[in-house]
Amino acid sequence: MVAASTPVAAKGRSPAGPRGAPVRLLLIPAALWYLVFLIAPLVVLAIISLGERATNGGYEPALTLDQYASLATRFTPFTNTIVLAFGGTVMCLLAGYPLAYVLATRAGSWKTVLMALIVIPLWTSFLIRTYAWMFILGSNGVPRLLESVGIDVQLLNTPFAVLLGIVYNYLPLMALPIYVSLERLDRSFLEASRDLGAGQVATFRQITLPLSAPGVISGCLLVFLPVMGEYLIPVLLGGGKTYFLGNALADLFLQSRNWPFGSALATAFVLFVLVVVGLYTWLARRLTAPGREGGVL
Amino acid sequence: MARPRPRPVGRAEWLIDRALRSYAVLAYLFLFVPIAVVVIFSFNAGRHAAELLGFSTRWYESAWSNVFVLKALRNSLLIATSTMILATVLGTTSALALESSRGRLKAAFEQLTYVAIIVPGIVIGIAALLFLVTAFSWLNPWLAYFAPESPPRLGLGAHSVVATHTLFTMAIVNVLVRTRLRGMDRALIEASADLYASPWRTFRQVTFPQLLPAIVGGALLAFTFSFDDFIVAFFTAGQDQTLPIYLFASIRRGVTPEANAIATVLLAVTIGSMVVTGLLIRRSRAVGPVDPARALAAAAGGAGGGRAGSGSTAAAVPGVAVVPE
Repeated sequence: MVAASTPVAAKGRSPAGPRGAPVRLLLIPAALWYLVFLIAPLVVLAIISLGERATNGGYEPALTLDQYASLATRFTPFTNTIVLAFGGTVMCLLAGYPLAYVLATRAGSWKTVLMALIVIPLWTSFLIRTYAWMFILGSNGVPRLLESVGIDVQLLNTPFAVLLGIVYNYLPLMALPIYVSLERLDRSFLEASRDLGAGQVATFRQITLPLSAPGVISGCLLVFLPVMGEYLIPVLLGGGKTYFLGNALADLFLQSRNWPFGSALATAFVLFVLVVVGLYTWLARRLTAPGREGGVL
Repeated sequence: MARPRPRPVGRAEWLIDRALRSYAVLAYLFLFVPIAVVVIFSFNAGRHAAELLGFSTRWYESAWSNVFVLKALRNSLLIATSTMILATVLGTTSALALESSRGRLKAAFEQLTYVAIIVPGIVIGIAALLFLVTAFSWLNPWLAYFAPESPPRLGLGAHSVVATHTLFTMAIVNVLVRTRLRGMDRALIEASADLYASPWRTFRQVTFPQLLPAIVGGALLAFTFSFDDFIVAFFTAGQDQTLPIYLFASIRRGVTPEANAIATVLLAVTIGSMVVTGLLIRRSRAVGPVDPARALAAAAGGAGGGRAGSGSTAAAVPGVAVVPE
């Protein structure tokens, strides 16, 4: 896909002097690793996506675009992905922006500690963070406590639980880039706005919000793209009912064993992610001053 | 001249300020209470949340005496350690090599690094599964042909998890080390050369010590991401269960207090190594003008749930965050 010729190039192109050459050879092991465990698997995935499903599951060689054509017709179950990923992203934004704003404007000397507290959840196991809600929302958790006061609700295995899981797991990824763009905001704009008589609210609306847009956009991408491929949240909190591309893929490979269709879906997903990220990077490079490569975050 | 507008100082602003601060407190509670609940209930003698019976370590004892848990723990530690070593070596050497390369080769390698980080974990897992199964089904007959007595049979297992984990963790190490390289003080290297140090000696005594925090930080990140990863291992582990896979399987069957104990142990390992990483990354930031956002983003990158769930995947939109999950 992207650059199948790298590792070859690594060997061929080192005549820039006796000093640089040996160091550059160090690139070969890593390049080989990419070749074998990244490029080759993605190529195999693309090849299988052009095949047909064998009668008892698996793959039968063929050269057809049928699987891709049926992506459109079979996409209905995946509207869930779009709706929930979109809804989850919006909720993360609503929850994450004020948090980032407080951090950037009011944290004072606590800033480092508070930042670390946002990053730490990102580093803890995703499985455990999701499991924590399964434990809390499950029938022996909050619902049992509510039962004792006479309220009977099901919380686990509902779209609500899935959304909650998304907001919980992805909130830090939304808040971080927004925080960075707020932090970089030129304070003199704020002072100018104040001096010109604008109140806090007007200043926020006319200066802060527009200038933090890059952070908002990166945050939304950082949340939306991985949420589309989510597997654990729908399986553990949605009872497997609420479909995401992630659990659709797992089902296609592990249960119905429709490899070609699954591969087509996975390939389309990867292409979508790469195109969106590529577009974003390109835009970001054009918008930021030259020399400060990719500094939007 | 600007129209003088009345400034809404006073009560309204005070209220907004209070509201924002209280909101932040609630947001932090939201982030940490669920994890705390798991930890607290792992020490609860009762079977479930509604049954608070007092402190007990019985769930740790029962997990510790479970052969499957121990085996999974051993696999996880083995996989995470091997991944850490491979990712650190490959990521660091490739970062050094990139410094002296230019042009298309460099650009292509950088692209691949981004791709390794961006591609969602579940796709990495599936693609690796398909590729390895295909490759093994070609290779095994050949092995049988050359060693007909006792043909070695290749299959999925801990080694295939290590190979796949190394793919994206080495990309993360690469990004961290390169960020550090870029922020390094060039004058020191030149000074060393001017004082007739050989390039190797300059590397050993000047460059390497400066890179060390980034390398160690990257190594710990690689360890954690590998140790925490569920989704990639889920597809590539074959018969070798890891701790997250065991935990997943057991909570699908129903929440047990033993799961809380296992989760707490996983958390302790992760948070321990992460605190060290955080300190190192901060220190490395203090030494030179490294873009903290990049370092953080790279750190977050792996994260993830994705990769490490899906999160890992998450992190790195390139322009933004450097890299990757």
